[in-house]
Amino acid sequence: MSQSAVVSRRAGKNYLNVETSVKSWLLTRDHKRIGLMFLVLNVGALFVGGVFALLLRFEHLSPGPTIMDAITYNRLFTLHGVVMVWLFMIPAIPSAFGNFLVPLMIGAEDVAFPRLNLASVYLYVAGALIALWGMFHGGADTGWTFYTPYSSMTPTKVVPILIGVFIIGFSTIVTGINFIVTIHTLRAKGLTWMRMPLFVWAIYGTSIIQVLATPVLGLVLLLIALEHSLGLGIFDAARGGDPVLFQHLFWFYSHPAVYIMVLPAMGVVSEVIACFARKNPFGYKAIAYSSLGIAFVGFFTWGHHMFVSGQSTFDAGAFAVLSMLVGVFTAIKVFNWVATLYKGSIQFRTPFAYICGFLYFIVFGGMTGVAVATVSLDVHWHDTYFVVAHFHFIMVGATLMAFLAALHYWFPKMFGKMYNEGWGLVSAVLIILGFNATFIPQFWLGNFGMPRRYYNYPERFQWLHVASTAGSTLLFFGFMIILIYLFIALRFGRRAEWNPWGSRGFEWRTATPPPTHNFDQAPVFTHGPHEYHEPHEVDLA
Amino acid sequence: MNEFLRRLLFLPEQASSVAPGIDHLHYFVIITTMLMSAVVGWTALGFFIRFRRRSEIETTPRIEPGWKFETLAVGLPLIFFLAWFWMGFHAYIRLATPPPNSMEVYVMAKQWMWKFSYPGGPNAISTLHVPARRPVKLLMTSRDVIHSFFVPSFRIKQDVLPGRYTQTWFEAVEPGRYQILCAEFCGTDHSNMRGEVVAMRPEDFDAWLNEQRRGLTNRQDMAASAQEPVPPLTDMVEQGRRLAVAFACVKCHTIDGSPHIGPTWLDLYHRQERLANGDTVEVDEGYITESMMDPRAKVVAGFNPVMPTFQGRLDGPDTAAIVEYIKSLRSERINPTPSGGPAYEPIRGR
Repeated sequence: MSQSAVVSRRAGKNYLNVETSVKSWLLTRDHKRIGLMFLVLNVGALFVGGVFALLLRFEHLSPGPTIMDAITYNRLFTLHGVVMVWLFMIPAIPSAFGNFLVPLMIGAEDVAFPRLNLASVYLYVAGALIALWGMFHGGADTGWTFYTPYSSMTPTKVVPILIGVFIIGFSTIVTGINFIVTIHTLRAKGLTWMRMPLFVWAIYGTSIIQVLATPVLGLVLLLIALEHSLGLGIFDAARGGDPVLFQHLFWFYSHPAVYIMVLPAMGVVSEVIACFARKNPFGYKAIAYSSLGIAFVGFFTWGHHMFVSGQSTFDAGAFAVLSMLVGVFTAIKVFNWVATLYKGSIQFRTPFAYICGFLYFIVFGGMTGVAVATVSLDVHWHDTYFVVAHFHFIMVGATLMAFLAALHYWFPKMFGKMYNEGWGLVSAVLIILGFNATFIPQFWLGNFGMPRRYYNYPERFQWLHVASTAGSTLLFFGFMIILIYLFIALRFGRRAEWNPWGSRGFEWRTATPPPTHNFDQAPVFTHGPHEYHEPHEVDLA
Repeated sequence: MNEFLRRLLFLPEQASSVAPGIDHLHYFVIITTMLMSAVVGWTALGFFIRFRRRSEIETTPRIEPGWKFETLAVGLPLIFFLAWFWMGFHAYIRLATPPPNSMEVYVMAKQWMWKFSYPGGPNAISTLHVPARRPVKLLMTSRDVIHSFFVPSFRIKQDVLPGRYTQTWFEAVEPGRYQILCAEFCGTDHSNMRGEVVAMRPEDFDAWLNEQRRGLTNRQDMAASAQEPVPPLTDMVEQGRRLAVAFACVKCHTIDGSPHIGPTWLDLYHRQERLANGDTVEVDEGYITESMMDPRAKVVAGFNPVMPTFQGRLDGPDTAAIVEYIKSLRSERINPTPSGGPAYEPIRGR
């Protein structure tokens, strides 16, 4: 990068105020506006899914009916899963922050296919609306996993939700293709692969998974919809189908989908940790290649969801060993992040607080991950609250922490406003504590033998459920505080400096907030990102 | 120590022969992972304090890892993870392999109850009586959706599938009562699909079983005017024999070892059969059931795939009864050679 990349640090017109009509937003092809729209939609989905979660937790305050009946409970946990997985976790970081940042980070004007990018928003909205319609007209009670043959014979209306998710899948595929082409073809002069920011590497790995795995989800959802409505015998044994085939196909997508959620989170962490430690990421190549390693191995571990499903003993062993490899790749990343702190200059701000939370959740959640990959132990844990707690730690905890870190780190870049640092730290502490208080009791519940998706449970489990519900309330308050102070910051916040964190990330090279076409002149890159040991060239400008 | 850790981790009592071994691996894995996590966590915390930003113009050196660091970062976790895998997989194989002298019980799951059938009678709903200190093998199938047989105190869990048999086994170490839970979501009343294993002293169990069978026989003897056209039988083998006649199985499968359209049933159980595609398969409950439900999946070499499917025509208990009947057909001399071809060419070209 060179000084030519620098534009006037506070452009008179930026992408937010260049046009303000509703039409200009609905028909925009600007990747930043599209990213912003996704951000708003994702936060909405997080809120809806969170309210569902809270209702579920309150139901568990006592065994048997507390605030709802069994079928409502079954529908709610299905909707909680569907909303959180497909409407929040999968698009959260790639579609919102990926869209906003990738072109900025590689010195491009926009993504390769801006119209397709806009289409992905509308696909997402269409899918979400169809799924919502289905929720209010019967809902589904199959769990987000739609296991057959139950999903082929459930009395609830599962088809609209399947079709909704099917359409959202296309939104994911389109985003993935767009990023792959953008990263291959639109990198600015001098930006070699080994100079790409680690966030871009992570998004690249994610996009590959999105493009390869999501079609399988589409296929399997369509097959259930056909079986449910036309009575074809594909997965239903009573009609000559094979229910376990469904599980193979479903997890062939849904296991890599975990990495669609967590890889971008890892990318965020690599960026933010370097900035707040003011130091180059230790082991850049190791972090970049392990993203690709996870993306690759992630395709060969789906069978670890099926250790008690009746698959052969040999298969179970093979999938267990392969699953351990994911643990190794993750461990490489964790060691490199921690080592990045060594001899750094660490500034403890809200985004960094979430990074600490992320490291905590990925380490403890990851360790419970290799524990559940240990086959004989998983027999007891499978389909219990231990698994629920495990994936909420590693998948939700880590992704949510990174999402919040990204939101606080790039909030000034996106809106040109600063939020209140004190409230930021308070809510970070509340959320991390609340998350622990919610899910640590669930690890114990799982050990104790509490199966998941239980409306009514034996009384010996009650006090742990109460503890978990208390934690979830704390979590909810934490989120409400964020929503309030970010809203206040948007309206009344002080203007953000051009680069408030002193970051060397490429996205800060342009004005804050950026102009519509990102750069006044095409930038030229002369060295890698996060080169904190060299003097800041832009400062010299 | 075992008791302390078990309580600390909220694990249920160790009521089966495999539970202590599984729990010991559990302790080992949890203790090592928590220690490793703590080391990483404290290191990070140490760095936060030691390397906190002291002035706004502070600069940092560029540090790149050497190959030693990277090798360690890969090697150390890999060694631990592979060790756990190895230990866990060994235990898993043990969990998946019932001892040869196991007592057998058929399990039929449906929304939302468990039904247990003993070869030779009786049947029971929700309560599974077993002898303690004797291995029990469960042969399980479902009548509707997928269920999962879970006994937390035994550390066992196995999905129960429609249209095929899966198996699990346990050996209760002490007489007692242990809860059965369904672990795979199966509909509205999933959480109430519970049952109980009642482990009895072996001599008490034998007495109980005899009593049950005597009672059933008496009831049947007196049930001359029973409502049902065919009174339910206590003896699965006898019931299987009748069903095999009623469903015309024996028109193609002989029971005396002579060759016919299908492989003979005599000594079929545990025979090593050579398949048309060149594989070999050991005939067990799973294979027999599969051949009834999906006859073309694994055709024995030398036979034509002419058998119709019985999917939807035989329900769980009937299937189990036929399997038991086939298992009962043993000659004095065990002859484990593959079946010969059919006695005549079946009619082709219809």
